[in-house]
Amino acid sequence: MTLSNSDTNLEVSVWRTRNGTGLYETFEVPAHDNQTILDVVSWIQQNADPTLTYRFACRVGMCGSCAMMVNGAPRWTCRTHVNKVLKHNRLKIAPLRNLPVIKDLVTDMDPFFDKWVSAGGRHEPTRTRHDPIEEIQPANEQRAAADAGIECINCSVCYAACDTVANNADYLGPAALQRAWTIVNDEKHGDRQDVLDTVSAAGGCQNCHSMGNCTALCPNGLDPLSAIAGLKRATMRQFFKRGN
Amino acid sequence: MLDLRLYLAQRLSAMVMVPFVFVHLGVMIYAIQGGLSASEILGRTQGSLFWFLFYGMFVVASSLHAAIGLRVIVHEVTGLRGLLLAALTWGGFVVFFFLGARAVTAVTMI
Repeated sequence: MTLSNSDTNLEVSVWRTRNGTGLYETFEVPAHDNQTILDVVSWIQQNADPTLTYRFACRVGMCGSCAMMVNGAPRWTCRTHVNKVLKHNRLKIAPLRNLPVIKDLVTDMDPFFDKWVSAGGRHEPTRTRHDPIEEIQPANEQRAAADAGIECINCSVCYAACDTVANNADYLGPAALQRAWTIVNDEKHGDRQDVLDTVSAAGGCQNCHSMGNCTALCPNGLDPLSAIAGLKRATMRQFFKRGN
Repeated sequence: MLDLRLYLAQRLSAMVMVPFVFVHLGVMIYAIQGGLSASEILGRTQGSLFWFLFYGMFVVASSLHAAIGLRVIVHEVTGLRGLLLAALTWGGFVVFFFLGARAVTAVTMI
């Protein structure tokens, strides 16, 4: 049994920033068994060009910092096997779509997190630390809906996958809206009404075209598409209930 | 770019249009089976309050629906926003409504 098949090489095109714009630079990278995209990028930086800039931290799919476009689709690179996405022995690696590029494969995540906060992402407590802890039944319907979205690691894969974000700069995007949906269903949140009002404004959940790239590509198997549909229903119900 | 009110207006106008579309297509297919001339059709529609209300509401719903849809497409394709986008939405509604209303009055009024 061999541990590697490094007699074959992968042809890897990597986006490099140059003078305010950029171009794809191609590298020959030795192929190995069980190799991830992050392994490939790290190999290039360590063996071919130390100036290549990219971002990663945990390497185990928890921190959400290593997402990049791989052969046209956003992926968490630390847990994406080369075999899963390789096309004709070629890889094309680029910075995440829909975000400003800082350098090479590193994007500025500020717009993503700003929208996350502006969609009502901050927790507003209902009690102080001196009050007894509120009991929440894990099996109740609202808690189940909130639980479905809380494993988001903010990797921005859904944000990069979303064509509505690409065409509508004000649109909050799937991750921020999914966070809003968990809060709307969180009995311990103090101002759930405010979150519903925020996601009903221009740029809110009504702009989603239900294309579903977010759900199809979420590396954690979450379903922002259904969360946004839930927000649409909740905001609509609220409108007919209170008349505005 | 949509907010809740525009979203609801578009969805509700779509719901209103569903029966209108089916009745419109159904009557059209049924009516021409035996061969009908334009004057025979106008003979049945002109002066009819039913067809005036039917196509009148159809025109209102479709003008609203199309203007909001156009607004979304124009915003996402060109990035147009603010007052210009609002003017385009309302302008679109007025043009669609005028064209539709003209046709409805021509076909249903004596």
